[in-house]
Amino acid sequence: MANAIEATGLVKTYGKHTALDGMDLVVPEGTVLGLLGPNGAGKTTTVRILTTLIRPDSGQARVAGYDVVREAPKLRKVIGASGQYAAVDDHLTGAENLEMVGRLYHLGARRSRQRARELLDRFDLAEAGDRPVKGYSGGMRRRLDLAATLVAQPPVLFLDEPTTGLDPRARIALWDVIAELVRGGTTLLLTTQYLEEADRLADSIAVVDHGKVIARGTADQLKDQVGGDRIELSVTSGSDFEQALRLLAPLSAGEPSLDREALRMTMPVTQGAASLTTALGKLAADGIAVRDAGLRRPTLDDVFLTLTGEVTT
Amino acid sequence: MSTALADGLTIAKRNVIKIKRTPDLLGSVVTFPIVFVLMLVYVFGAMIEIPGMSYAEYMIPGIFVQTVVMSSQITGYTLVLDLQKGIFDRFRTLPMAPSAVLTGQTLGDVLMNAASILVMSLMGLLVGWRINGSPLEAITAFAVLLFFAYAFSWVTATVALALRTPEVFNNIATIVTFPIMFLSNIFIDSSRLAGPLQAIAEWNPVSAVTQALRELFGNTSSALPVPDVWPLQNPLLATLGWSVVLLLVFVPLATRLYKRSVS
Ligand SMILES: Nc1ncnc2c1ncn2[C@@H]1O[C@H](COP(=O)(O)OP(=O)(O)OP(=O)(O)O)[C@@H](O)[C@H]1O
Ligand SMILES: [Mg+2]
Repeated sequence: MANAIEATGLVKTYGKHTALDGMDLVVPEGTVLGLLGPNGAGKTTTVRILTTLIRPDSGQARVAGYDVVREAPKLRKVIGASGQYAAVDDHLTGAENLEMVGRLYHLGARRSRQRARELLDRFDLAEAGDRPVKGYSGGMRRRLDLAATLVAQPPVLFLDEPTTGLDPRARIALWDVIAELVRGGTTLLLTTQYLEEADRLADSIAVVDHGKVIARGTADQLKDQVGGDRIELSVTSGSDFEQALRLLAPLSAGEPSLDREALRMTMPVTQGAASLTTALGKLAADGIAVRDAGLRRPTLDDVFLTLTGEVTT
Repeated sequence: MSTALADGLTIAKRNVIKIKRTPDLLGSVVTFPIVFVLMLVYVFGAMIEIPGMSYAEYMIPGIFVQTVVMSSQITGYTLVLDLQKGIFDRFRTLPMAPSAVLTGQTLGDVLMNAASILVMSLMGLLVGWRINGSPLEAITAFAVLLFFAYAFSWVTATVALALRTPEVFNNIATIVTFPIMFLSNIFIDSSRLAGPLQAIAEWNPVSAVTQALRELFGNTSSALPVPDVWPLQNPLLATLGWSVVLLLVFVPLATRLYKRSVS
Protein backbone atom coordinates (compact mmCIF):
# COMPACT_ATOMS: atom_id res chain seq x y z
CA MET A 1 0.00 0.00 0.00
CA ALA A 2 1.35 3.42 -0.94
CA ASN A 3 1.70 6.19 1.58
CA ALA A 4 -0.63 9.14 1.19
CA ILE A 5 1.40 11.29 3.56
CA GLU A 6 5.11 11.05 4.29
CA ALA A 7 7.11 13.56 6.26
CA THR A 8 10.71 13.27 7.35
CA GLY A 9 12.68 15.53 9.63
CA LEU A 10 10.42 18.57 9.40
CA VAL A 11 11.90 21.54 11.23
CA LYS A 12 10.25 24.92 11.66
CA THR A 13 11.53 27.68 13.88
CA TYR A 14 10.04 31.03 14.76
CA GLY A 15 12.88 33.25 15.87
CA LYS A 16 14.57 31.34 18.66
CA HIS A 17 11.57 29.16 19.24
CA THR A 18 11.54 25.71 17.67
CA ALA A 19 7.98 24.77 16.74
CA LEU A 20 8.93 21.56 14.92
CA ASP A 21 12.08 19.68 15.76
CA GLY A 22 12.39 16.78 13.33
CA MET A 23 8.83 15.66 12.79
CA ASP A 24 8.43 12.27 11.04
CA LEU A 25 5.08 10.95 9.91
CA VAL A 26 3.78 8.22 7.64
CA VAL A 27 0.14 7.75 6.78
CA PRO A 28 -0.70 4.83 4.46
CA GLU A 29 -3.44 5.43 1.91
CA GLY A 30 -6.95 4.96 3.21
CA THR A 31 -6.01 5.14 6.89
CA VAL A 32 -6.49 7.66 9.67
CA LEU A 33 -3.64 9.07 11.70
CA GLY A 34 -4.46 10.90 14.90
CA LEU A 35 -1.96 13.54 16.04
CA LEU A 36 -2.15 13.89 19.78
CA GLY A 37 -0.20 16.34 21.87
CA PRO A 38 -0.40 19.11 24.46
CA ASN A 39 -0.91 22.78 23.53
CA GLY A 40 2.03 24.13 21.60
CA ALA A 41 3.32 20.66 20.67
CA GLY A 42 3.44 21.52 16.96
CA LYS A 43 0.29 19.87 15.63
CA THR A 44 -1.04 22.90 13.81
CA THR A 45 2.39 23.77 12.45
CA THR A 46 2.64 20.24 11.00
CA VAL A 47 -0.77 20.53 9.37
CA ARG A 48 0.07 23.96 7.95
CA ILE A 49 3.23 22.62 6.34
CA LEU A 50 1.46 19.60 4.87
CA THR A 51 -1.31 21.80 3.44
CA THR A 52 1.21 24.23 1.82
CA LEU A 53 0.36 27.19 4.04
CA ILE A 54 3.89 27.49 5.36
CA ARG A 55 7.24 26.08 4.30
CA PRO A 56 9.46 23.98 6.53
CA ASP A 57 12.96 25.29 7.29
CA SER A 58 14.26 21.82 6.56
CA GLY A 59 13.01 18.30 6.02
CA GLN A 60 10.79 16.88 3.30
CA ALA A 61 7.17 15.99 2.99
CA ARG A 62 5.05 14.46 0.28
CA VAL A 63 1.29 14.29 0.13
CA ALA A 64 -0.32 12.04 -2.48
CA GLY A 65 3.13 11.78 -4.03
CA TYR A 66 3.59 15.55 -4.43
CA ASP A 67 6.33 17.50 -2.67
CA VAL A 68 4.73 20.07 -0.36
CA VAL A 69 7.09 22.84 -1.43
CA ARG A 70 8.00 22.19 -5.06
CA GLU A 71 4.69 20.75 -6.22
CA ALA A 72 2.32 22.78 -4.07
CA PRO A 73 -0.08 23.75 -6.90
CA LYS A 74 -0.64 20.09 -7.90
CA LEU A 75 -0.92 19.02 -4.29
CA ARG A 76 -3.69 21.51 -3.60
CA LYS A 77 -5.92 19.76 -6.14
CA VAL A 78 -6.02 16.57 -4.12
CA ILE A 79 -6.36 17.77 -0.54
CA GLY A 80 -9.05 19.24 1.62
CA ALA A 81 -7.85 21.21 4.62
CA SER A 82 -9.60 22.57 7.64
CA GLY A 83 -7.52 24.67 9.99
CA GLN A 84 -7.86 25.04 13.72
CA TYR A 85 -9.99 28.16 13.20
CA ALA A 86 -12.87 28.17 10.74
CA ALA A 87 -11.85 29.63 7.37
CA VAL A 88 -15.17 30.84 6.02
CA ASP A 89 -16.26 34.17 4.59
CA ASP A 90 -18.47 36.19 6.92
CA HIS A 91 -20.10 38.23 4.17
CA LEU A 92 -21.26 35.26 2.10
CA THR A 93 -24.05 32.87 2.96
CA GLY A 94 -23.26 29.26 3.76
CA ALA A 95 -24.32 28.20 0.27
CA GLU A 96 -22.28 30.96 -1.40
CA ASN A 97 -19.22 29.95 0.60
CA LEU A 98 -19.44 26.35 -0.55
CA GLU A 99 -20.19 27.34 -4.13
CA MET A 100 -17.20 29.65 -4.21
CA VAL A 101 -14.97 26.84 -2.96
CA GLY A 102 -16.43 24.54 -5.63
CA ARG A 103 -15.69 27.10 -8.34
CA LEU A 104 -12.13 27.48 -7.06
CA TYR A 105 -11.67 23.69 -7.25
CA HIS A 106 -12.91 24.17 -10.85
CA LEU A 107 -15.95 21.94 -10.48
CA GLY A 108 -18.08 24.16 -12.73
CA ALA A 109 -21.14 26.19 -11.81
CA ARG A 110 -23.77 23.46 -11.78
CA ARG A 111 -21.74 20.89 -9.91
CA SER A 112 -20.63 23.51 -7.38
CA ARG A 113 -24.20 24.49 -6.65
CA GLN A 114 -25.25 20.87 -6.33
CA ARG A 115 -22.35 20.00 -3.99
CA ALA A 116 -23.15 23.04 -1.85
CA ARG A 117 -26.73 21.86 -1.30
CA GLU A 118 -25.66 18.25 -0.61
CA LEU A 119 -23.14 19.34 1.97
CA LEU A 120 -25.45 21.83 3.68
CA ASP A 121 -27.91 18.98 4.14
CA ARG A 122 -25.26 16.62 5.37
CA PHE A 123 -23.98 19.07 7.96
CA ASP A 124 -27.41 20.09 9.16
CA LEU A 125 -27.09 23.60 7.74
CA ALA A 126 -29.81 23.46 5.11
CA GLU A 127 -31.99 25.95 6.95
CA ALA A 128 -29.20 28.43 7.65
CA GLY A 129 -27.68 27.97 4.19
CA ASP A 130 -29.04 31.18 2.73
CA ARG A 131 -28.11 33.43 5.64
CA PRO A 132 -24.80 35.31 5.76
CA VAL A 133 -22.23 33.45 7.85
CA LYS A 134 -21.79 36.56 10.01
CA GLY A 135 -24.85 35.44 11.97
CA TYR A 136 -23.72 31.82 12.47
CA SER A 137 -22.82 30.34 15.84
CA GLY A 138 -19.31 29.01 16.44
CA GLY A 139 -20.40 25.42 15.91
CA MET A 140 -22.23 26.29 12.68
CA ARG A 141 -19.13 27.98 11.28
CA ARG A 142 -17.06 24.98 12.19
CA ARG A 143 -19.49 22.69 10.38
CA LEU A 144 -19.50 24.92 7.31
CA ASP A 145 -15.72 24.94 7.36
CA LEU A 146 -15.65 21.14 7.43
CA ALA A 147 -18.21 21.00 4.63
CA ALA A 148 -15.92 23.26 2.58
CA THR A 149 -13.05 20.78 2.87
CA LEU A 150 -15.24 18.05 1.37
CA VAL A 151 -16.53 20.02 -1.63
CA ALA A 152 -14.21 18.41 -4.17
CA GLN A 153 -14.23 15.00 -2.46
CA PRO A 154 -10.43 15.08 -2.09
CA PRO A 155 -8.62 11.78 -1.44
CA VAL A 156 -6.51 13.26 1.38
CA LEU A 157 -8.01 15.26 4.22
CA PHE A 158 -6.41 17.33 6.97
CA LEU A 159 -8.58 18.27 9.91
CA ASP A 160 -7.06 20.33 12.72
CA GLU A 161 -9.21 19.83 15.83
CA PRO A 162 -12.37 19.31 13.79
CA THR A 163 -14.74 18.79 16.69
CA THR A 164 -13.54 21.53 19.02
CA GLY A 165 -16.53 23.74 19.74
CA LEU A 166 -19.13 21.28 18.48
CA ASP A 167 -21.96 20.11 20.70
CA PRO A 168 -22.13 16.35 21.43
CA ARG A 169 -24.73 15.73 18.75
CA ALA A 170 -22.75 17.55 16.05
CA ARG A 171 -19.59 15.77 17.19
CA ILE A 172 -21.12 12.34 16.83
CA ALA A 173 -22.61 13.34 13.46
CA LEU A 174 -19.17 14.42 12.28
CA TRP A 175 -17.63 11.17 13.46
CA ASP A 176 -20.17 9.35 11.32
CA VAL A 177 -19.30 11.49 8.29
CA ILE A 178 -15.60 10.83 8.84
CA ALA A 179 -16.12 7.10 9.30
CA GLU A 180 -18.08 7.01 6.06
CA LEU A 181 -15.37 8.91 4.16
CA VAL A 182 -12.71 6.57 5.47
CA ARG A 183 -14.72 3.53 4.41
CA GLY A 184 -14.74 5.12 0.96
CA GLY A 185 -10.93 5.17 0.92
CA THR A 186 -10.14 8.72 2.08
CA THR A 187 -6.87 9.23 3.92
CA LEU A 188 -7.15 11.44 6.97
CA LEU A 189 -4.76 13.24 9.24
CA LEU A 190 -6.56 14.47 12.30
CA THR A 191 -5.40 16.42 15.30
CA THR A 192 -7.46 16.35 18.41
CA GLN A 193 -7.53 17.11 22.09
CA TYR A 194 -10.23 14.51 22.60
CA LEU A 195 -8.61 11.20 23.26
CA GLU A 196 -11.89 9.43 22.83
CA GLU A 197 -11.99 10.82 19.32
CA ALA A 198 -8.54 9.49 18.47
CA ASP A 199 -9.43 6.16 20.07
CA ARG A 200 -12.54 5.92 17.98
CA LEU A 201 -11.43 7.27 14.59
CA ALA A 202 -7.71 6.75 14.25
CA ASP A 203 -6.06 3.60 12.90
CA SER A 204 -2.83 4.79 14.40
CA ILE A 205 -1.83 7.56 16.73
CA ALA A 206 1.26 9.71 16.92
CA VAL A 207 1.87 11.42 20.23
CA VAL A 208 3.64 14.74 19.62
CA ASP A 209 5.53 16.84 22.12
CA HIS A 210 8.06 19.65 21.68
CA GLY A 211 7.85 19.41 17.89
CA LYS A 212 8.45 15.72 17.41
CA VAL A 213 6.76 12.35 17.67
CA ILE A 214 7.51 10.72 21.02
CA ALA A 215 5.38 7.60 20.58
CA ARG A 216 3.37 5.97 17.87
CA GLY A 217 1.17 2.94 17.38
CA THR A 218 -2.44 1.85 17.60
CA ALA A 219 -4.43 2.95 20.60
CA ASP A 220 -4.01 -0.53 22.13
CA GLN A 221 -0.27 -0.61 21.54
CA LEU A 222 0.11 2.76 23.22
CA LYS A 223 -1.98 1.66 26.15
CA ASP A 224 0.20 -1.44 26.56
CA GLN A 225 3.29 0.71 26.28
CA VAL A 226 2.36 2.72 29.36
CA GLY A 227 1.81 -0.39 31.43
CA GLY A 228 -1.03 -2.71 32.33
CA ASP A 229 -3.98 -2.14 34.63
CA ARG A 230 -4.37 0.78 36.94
CA ILE A 231 -5.74 1.02 40.45
CA GLU A 232 -7.78 4.11 40.95
CA LEU A 233 -8.79 4.92 44.50
CA SER A 234 -9.91 7.82 46.59
CA VAL A 235 -9.91 8.37 50.34
CA THR A 236 -11.79 10.72 52.64
CA SER A 237 -9.13 12.92 54.24
CA GLY A 238 -5.85 14.59 53.37
CA SER A 239 -3.85 12.81 56.04
CA ASP A 240 -5.23 9.45 54.89
CA PHE A 241 -4.18 10.38 51.38
CA GLU A 242 -0.52 10.84 52.29
CA GLN A 243 -0.56 7.72 54.43
CA ALA A 244 -2.15 5.64 51.67
CA LEU A 245 0.41 6.92 49.21
CA ARG A 246 3.26 5.74 51.45
CA LEU A 247 1.65 2.34 52.01
CA LEU A 248 0.94 1.69 48.34
CA ALA A 249 4.14 3.07 46.81
CA PRO A 250 5.80 -0.39 46.72
CA LEU A 251 2.88 -1.75 44.66
CA SER A 252 3.06 0.95 42.01
CA ALA A 253 4.76 -0.10 38.77
CA GLY A 254 5.34 3.51 37.73
CA GLU A 255 4.80 7.10 38.70
CA PRO A 256 1.31 7.35 40.24
CA SER A 257 -0.80 10.23 39.07
CA LEU A 258 -2.33 12.21 41.91
CA ASP A 259 -5.24 14.53 42.28
CA ARG A 260 -4.79 15.98 45.77
CA GLU A 261 -7.94 18.04 45.59
CA ALA A 262 -10.21 15.11 44.87
CA LEU A 263 -8.02 12.91 47.14
CA ARG A 264 -7.71 10.48 44.24
CA MET A 265 -4.70 8.50 43.06
CA THR A 266 -4.13 6.35 40.00
CA MET A 267 -1.23 3.92 39.88
CA PRO A 268 -0.14 1.36 37.34
CA VAL A 269 0.15 -2.18 38.77
CA THR A 270 1.45 -5.47 37.44
CA GLN A 271 -0.73 -8.08 39.14
CA GLY A 272 -4.19 -6.83 38.18
CA ALA A 273 -6.95 -7.87 40.58
CA ALA A 274 -4.43 -9.37 43.03
CA SER A 275 -2.75 -6.00 43.36
CA LEU A 276 -6.06 -4.40 44.13
CA THR A 277 -6.81 -6.94 46.85
CA THR A 278 -3.36 -6.42 48.37
CA ALA A 279 -3.80 -2.68 48.31
CA LEU A 280 -7.19 -2.73 49.96
CA GLY A 281 -5.88 -5.15 52.62
CA LYS A 282 -3.00 -2.84 53.47
CA LEU A 283 -5.26 0.17 53.76
CA ALA A 284 -7.85 -1.67 55.90
CA ALA A 285 -5.10 -2.90 58.26
CA ASP A 286 -4.05 0.70 58.77
CA GLY A 287 -7.59 1.88 59.36
CA ILE A 288 -7.77 4.12 56.29
CA ALA A 289 -11.30 4.73 55.06
CA VAL A 290 -11.52 4.13 51.30
CA ARG A 291 -14.26 6.04 49.55
CA ASP A 292 -13.99 4.43 46.18
CA ALA A 293 -11.64 1.93 44.56
CA GLY A 294 -11.40 0.12 41.25
CA LEU A 295 -9.23 -1.49 38.63
CA ARG A 296 -9.21 -0.33 35.02
CA ARG A 297 -7.39 -0.60 31.73
CA PRO A 298 -5.27 2.45 30.87
CA THR A 299 -7.05 5.03 28.76
CA LEU A 300 -5.51 7.26 26.15
CA ASP A 301 -5.56 9.95 28.81
CA ASP A 302 -3.08 7.90 30.78
CA VAL A 303 -0.97 7.47 27.68
CA PHE A 304 -1.07 11.16 27.00
CA LEU A 305 -0.27 12.20 30.55
CA THR A 306 2.42 9.60 31.05
CA LEU A 307 4.21 10.21 27.76
CA THR A 308 4.08 13.99 27.78
CA GLY A 309 5.12 14.08 31.42
CA GLU A 310 2.17 16.18 32.40
CA VAL A 311 1.30 14.09 35.43
CA THR A 312 -1.17 15.95 37.61
CA THR A 313 0.06 16.56 41.12
CA MET B 1 -4.21 31.49 -17.97
CA SER B 2 -7.95 31.07 -18.51
CA THR B 3 -8.34 29.49 -15.07
CA ALA B 4 -6.56 32.52 -13.60
CA LEU B 5 -9.24 34.71 -15.18
CA ALA B 6 -12.07 32.41 -14.08
CA ASP B 7 -10.71 32.35 -10.52
CA GLY B 8 -10.34 36.13 -10.58
CA LEU B 9 -14.00 36.45 -11.56
CA THR B 10 -15.03 34.04 -8.78
CA ILE B 11 -13.22 36.20 -6.23
CA ALA B 12 -14.58 39.39 -7.83
CA LYS B 13 -18.09 38.00 -7.40
CA ARG B 14 -17.34 37.43 -3.73
CA ASN B 15 -16.14 41.02 -3.38
CA VAL B 16 -19.21 42.36 -5.15
CA ILE B 17 -21.46 40.43 -2.75
CA LYS B 18 -19.43 41.81 0.12
CA ILE B 19 -19.89 45.39 -1.17
CA LYS B 20 -23.62 44.80 -1.65
CA ARG B 21 -24.04 43.42 1.88
CA THR B 22 -22.04 46.24 3.49
CA PRO B 23 -23.89 49.37 2.42
CA ASP B 24 -21.96 51.47 4.93
CA LEU B 25 -18.86 50.78 2.82
CA LEU B 26 -20.23 52.86 -0.07
CA GLY B 27 -21.48 55.30 2.53
CA SER B 28 -18.02 55.85 3.99
CA VAL B 29 -16.52 56.17 0.52
CA VAL B 30 -18.81 59.02 -0.54
CA THR B 31 -19.35 60.79 2.79
CA PHE B 32 -16.04 62.58 2.70
CA PRO B 33 -16.32 63.91 -0.89
CA ILE B 34 -19.94 64.94 -0.28
CA VAL B 35 -18.97 66.96 2.79
CA PHE B 36 -16.17 68.50 0.76
CA VAL B 37 -18.45 69.50 -2.08
CA LEU B 38 -20.95 71.10 0.30
CA MET B 39 -18.26 72.98 2.23
CA LEU B 40 -16.43 74.17 -0.83
CA VAL B 41 -19.47 75.19 -2.82
CA TYR B 42 -21.44 76.84 -0.04
CA VAL B 43 -18.77 78.00 2.41
CA PHE B 44 -15.60 78.76 0.48
CA GLY B 45 -17.07 78.86 -3.03
CA ALA B 46 -17.98 82.53 -2.66
CA MET B 47 -14.36 83.39 -1.87
CA ILE B 48 -12.62 81.32 -4.53
CA GLU B 49 -12.86 83.03 -7.91
CA ILE B 50 -12.49 80.85 -10.99
CA PRO B 51 -12.55 83.05 -14.07
CA GLY B 52 -15.22 82.16 -16.60
CA MET B 53 -17.17 79.48 -14.66
CA SER B 54 -18.71 78.52 -11.35
CA TYR B 55 -16.57 76.95 -8.67
CA ALA B 56 -18.80 73.85 -8.63
CA GLU B 57 -18.14 73.28 -12.30
CA TYR B 58 -14.43 73.74 -11.82
CA MET B 59 -14.21 71.47 -8.83
CA ILE B 60 -16.50 68.47 -9.50
CA PRO B 61 -14.18 66.69 -12.01
CA GLY B 62 -11.46 66.85 -9.36
CA ILE B 63 -13.89 65.60 -6.73
CA PHE B 64 -14.42 62.49 -8.88
CA VAL B 65 -10.69 61.85 -8.74
CA GLN B 66 -10.69 62.47 -4.99
CA THR B 67 -13.56 59.99 -4.66
CA VAL B 68 -11.72 57.13 -6.38
CA VAL B 69 -8.59 57.82 -4.35
CA MET B 70 -10.61 57.77 -1.11
CA SER B 71 -12.48 54.70 -2.28
CA SER B 72 -9.35 52.70 -2.91
CA GLN B 73 -8.18 53.67 0.55
CA ILE B 74 -11.30 52.13 2.03
CA THR B 75 -11.24 48.96 -0.05
CA GLY B 76 -7.55 48.66 0.80
CA TYR B 77 -8.54 48.79 4.45
CA THR B 78 -11.06 45.98 3.95
CA LEU B 79 -8.32 43.97 2.22
CA VAL B 80 -6.12 44.35 5.31
CA LEU B 81 -9.02 43.17 7.46
CA ASP B 82 -9.60 40.20 5.13
CA LEU B 83 -5.94 39.25 5.31
CA GLN B 84 -6.29 38.73 9.03
CA LYS B 85 -9.27 36.45 8.64
CA GLY B 86 -9.22 32.73 8.04
CA ILE B 87 -10.72 32.93 4.57
CA PHE B 88 -7.34 33.74 3.05
CA ASP B 89 -5.92 30.55 4.58
CA ARG B 90 -8.60 28.65 2.74
CA PHE B 91 -7.77 30.41 -0.54
CA ARG B 92 -4.14 29.45 -0.12
CA THR B 93 -4.92 25.73 0.22
CA LEU B 94 -7.19 25.68 -2.85
CA PRO B 95 -5.94 24.86 -6.34
CA MET B 96 -6.70 28.40 -7.54
CA ALA B 97 -4.43 30.85 -9.32
CA PRO B 98 -2.69 32.88 -6.58
CA SER B 99 -3.14 36.05 -8.66
CA ALA B 100 -6.93 35.60 -8.55
CA VAL B 101 -7.27 37.02 -5.05
CA LEU B 102 -5.83 40.35 -6.16
CA THR B 103 -7.48 40.53 -9.59
CA GLY B 104 -10.75 39.71 -7.86
CA GLN B 105 -10.18 42.40 -5.27
CA THR B 106 -9.29 45.08 -7.82
CA LEU B 107 -12.15 44.12 -10.17
CA GLY B 108 -14.52 44.43 -7.21
CA ASP B 109 -13.04 47.88 -6.60
CA VAL B 110 -14.04 48.92 -10.14
CA LEU B 111 -17.66 48.28 -9.26
CA MET B 112 -17.30 50.16 -6.01
CA ASN B 113 -15.79 53.08 -7.91
CA ALA B 114 -18.51 53.04 -10.53
CA ALA B 115 -21.15 53.18 -7.78
CA SER B 116 -19.47 56.01 -5.90
CA ILE B 117 -18.89 58.04 -9.09
CA LEU B 118 -22.57 57.64 -9.91
CA VAL B 119 -23.49 59.02 -6.49
CA MET B 120 -21.01 61.88 -6.87
CA SER B 121 -22.29 62.74 -10.37
CA LEU B 122 -25.82 63.15 -9.03
CA MET B 123 -24.42 65.23 -6.21
CA GLY B 124 -22.53 67.36 -8.73
CA LEU B 125 -25.62 67.93 -10.85
CA LEU B 126 -27.46 69.09 -7.73
CA VAL B 127 -24.90 71.77 -6.90
CA GLY B 128 -24.63 73.12 -10.44
CA TRP B 129 -22.06 70.95 -12.26
CA ARG B 130 -22.89 70.36 -15.95
CA ILE B 131 -21.58 68.14 -18.73
CA ASN B 132 -20.91 70.53 -21.61
CA GLY B 133 -19.10 68.12 -23.93
CA SER B 134 -20.52 65.44 -26.24
CA PRO B 135 -21.94 62.17 -24.81
CA LEU B 136 -19.02 60.29 -26.34
CA GLU B 137 -16.56 62.55 -24.55
CA ALA B 138 -18.46 62.10 -21.29
CA ILE B 139 -18.36 58.31 -21.64
CA THR B 140 -14.64 58.52 -22.41
CA ALA B 141 -14.17 60.62 -19.29
CA PHE B 142 -15.85 58.05 -17.02
CA ALA B 143 -13.94 55.19 -18.69
CA VAL B 144 -10.59 56.94 -18.27
CA LEU B 145 -11.40 57.70 -14.65
CA LEU B 146 -12.28 54.06 -13.93
CA PHE B 147 -9.11 52.89 -15.65
CA PHE B 148 -6.99 55.20 -13.52
CA ALA B 149 -8.91 54.07 -10.44
CA TYR B 150 -8.22 50.42 -11.35
CA ALA B 151 -4.49 51.13 -11.61
CA PHE B 152 -4.60 53.04 -8.31
CA SER B 153 -6.29 50.04 -6.62
CA TRP B 154 -3.12 48.06 -7.24
CA VAL B 155 -1.10 50.74 -5.47
CA THR B 156 -3.35 50.50 -2.42
CA ALA B 157 -3.36 46.70 -2.56
CA THR B 158 0.45 46.77 -2.50
CA VAL B 159 0.49 49.08 0.50
CA ALA B 160 -2.16 46.95 2.24
CA LEU B 161 -0.14 43.75 1.69
CA ALA B 162 3.05 45.43 2.86
CA LEU B 163 1.59 46.89 6.07
CA ARG B 164 -0.95 44.24 7.09
CA THR B 165 -2.18 46.04 10.21
CA PRO B 166 -5.47 47.93 9.86
CA GLU B 167 -4.47 50.86 12.09
CA VAL B 168 -1.06 51.32 10.49
CA PHE B 169 -2.60 51.09 7.04
CA ASN B 170 -5.17 53.75 7.83
CA ASN B 171 -2.61 56.16 9.23
CA ILE B 172 -0.18 55.75 6.35
CA ALA B 173 -2.95 55.93 3.75
CA THR B 174 -4.24 59.20 5.21
CA ILE B 175 -0.77 60.70 5.48
CA VAL B 176 -0.09 59.84 1.84
CA THR B 177 -3.43 60.63 0.22
CA PHE B 178 -3.89 64.09 1.69
CA PRO B 179 -0.84 65.67 0.03
CA ILE B 180 -1.64 63.79 -3.19
CA MET B 181 -5.07 65.38 -3.22
CA PHE B 182 -4.16 68.88 -2.04
CA LEU B 183 -0.93 69.32 -3.97
CA SER B 184 -2.86 69.12 -7.20
CA ASN B 185 -5.23 71.18 -9.31
CA ILE B 186 -8.34 69.56 -7.79
CA PHE B 187 -9.31 72.49 -5.58
CA ILE B 188 -7.16 75.35 -6.80
CA ASP B 189 -5.49 76.72 -9.88
CA SER B 190 -2.04 75.13 -9.49
CA SER B 191 -0.31 78.02 -11.25
CA ARG B 192 -0.95 80.12 -8.14
CA LEU B 193 1.18 77.80 -5.96
CA ALA B 194 4.76 78.70 -5.00
CA GLY B 195 7.63 77.45 -7.24
CA PRO B 196 8.50 73.87 -6.12
CA LEU B 197 4.95 73.12 -4.97
CA GLN B 198 3.70 74.25 -8.35
CA ALA B 199 6.01 71.79 -10.11
CA ILE B 200 4.85 68.96 -7.84
CA ALA B 201 1.20 69.83 -8.43
CA GLU B 202 1.66 70.02 -12.19
CA TRP B 203 3.33 66.62 -12.42
CA ASN B 204 1.01 64.98 -9.88
CA PRO B 205 -0.88 62.19 -11.74
CA VAL B 206 -4.07 63.30 -10.01
CA SER B 207 -3.76 66.71 -11.73
CA ALA B 208 -3.47 65.12 -15.17
CA VAL B 209 -6.58 63.01 -14.54
CA THR B 210 -8.48 66.05 -13.27
CA GLN B 211 -7.45 68.12 -16.29
CA ALA B 212 -8.43 65.28 -18.67
CA LEU B 213 -11.88 65.08 -17.06
CA ARG B 214 -12.36 68.86 -17.21
CA GLU B 215 -11.60 68.87 -20.91
CA LEU B 216 -13.77 65.85 -21.71
CA PHE B 217 -16.73 67.16 -19.68
CA GLY B 218 -16.23 70.65 -21.10
CA ASN B 219 -15.65 72.23 -17.68
CA THR B 220 -13.00 74.63 -19.01
CA SER B 221 -12.83 78.30 -19.71
CA SER B 222 -10.74 80.30 -22.11
CA ALA B 223 -10.19 82.76 -19.27
CA LEU B 224 -8.33 80.06 -17.38
CA PRO B 225 -5.18 79.09 -19.30
CA VAL B 226 -3.75 75.60 -18.86
CA PRO B 227 -0.20 75.61 -17.41
CA ASP B 228 2.40 75.04 -20.06
CA VAL B 229 3.66 71.63 -18.89
CA TRP B 230 3.43 68.42 -20.90
CA PRO B 231 1.08 66.35 -18.64
CA LEU B 232 -1.46 69.18 -18.42
CA GLN B 233 -1.20 70.07 -22.10
CA ASN B 234 -1.75 66.38 -23.00
CA PRO B 235 -3.82 65.26 -20.02
CA LEU B 236 -5.55 62.27 -21.65
CA LEU B 237 -2.27 60.78 -22.82
CA ALA B 238 -0.65 61.56 -19.48
CA THR B 239 -3.49 59.87 -17.56
CA LEU B 240 -3.29 56.73 -19.66
CA GLY B 241 0.50 56.79 -19.36
CA TRP B 242 0.40 57.13 -15.59
CA SER B 243 -2.18 54.35 -15.30
CA VAL B 244 -0.09 51.97 -17.40
CA VAL B 245 3.04 52.80 -15.41
CA LEU B 246 1.22 52.19 -12.12
CA LEU B 247 -0.05 48.84 -13.40
CA LEU B 248 3.38 47.79 -14.67
CA VAL B 249 5.00 48.60 -11.33
CA PHE B 250 2.36 47.62 -8.81
CA VAL B 251 0.74 44.49 -10.31
CA PRO B 252 3.98 42.49 -10.01
CA LEU B 253 4.82 44.10 -6.68
CA ALA B 254 1.44 43.29 -5.11
CA THR B 255 1.52 39.76 -6.53
CA ARG B 256 4.99 39.19 -5.11
CA LEU B 257 3.89 40.44 -1.68
CA TYR B 258 0.82 38.20 -1.76
CA LYS B 259 2.91 35.14 -2.57
CA ARG B 260 5.44 36.05 0.07
CA SER B 261 2.73 35.82 2.70
CA VAL B 262 3.19 32.04 2.28
CA SER B 263 6.31 31.96 4.43
N1 LIG C 1 3.44 32.26 13.53
C1 LIG C 1 4.08 31.90 14.66
N2 LIG C 1 4.94 32.76 15.24
C2 LIG C 1 5.60 32.42 16.37
N3 LIG C 1 5.48 31.23 16.99
C3 LIG C 1 4.63 30.34 16.48
C4 LIG C 1 3.87 30.61 15.29
N4 LIG C 1 3.12 29.53 15.00
C5 LIG C 1 3.37 28.64 15.98
N5 LIG C 1 4.27 29.10 16.86
C6 LIG C 1 4.80 28.38 18.04
O1 LIG C 1 5.10 27.07 17.66
C7 LIG C 1 4.71 26.13 18.66
C8 LIG C 1 3.81 25.08 18.05
O2 LIG C 1 2.57 25.69 17.75
P1 LIG C 1 1.34 24.89 17.15
O3 LIG C 1 0.30 25.89 16.84
O4 LIG C 1 1.80 24.02 16.05
O5 LIG C 1 0.89 24.00 18.39
P2 LIG C 1 -0.36 23.03 18.53
O6 LIG C 1 0.18 21.69 18.83
O7 LIG C 1 -1.25 23.14 17.36
O8 LIG C 1 -1.07 23.61 19.83
P3 LIG C 1 -2.62 23.74 20.23
O9 LIG C 1 -3.02 22.44 20.82
O10 LIG C 1 -2.62 24.82 21.24
O11 LIG C 1 -3.37 24.09 18.99
C9 LIG C 1 4.07 26.94 19.76
O12 LIG C 1 5.01 27.10 20.80
C10 LIG C 1 3.75 28.26 19.12
O13 LIG C 1 3.87 29.30 20.06
MG1 LIG D 1 -3.14 23.77 17.08
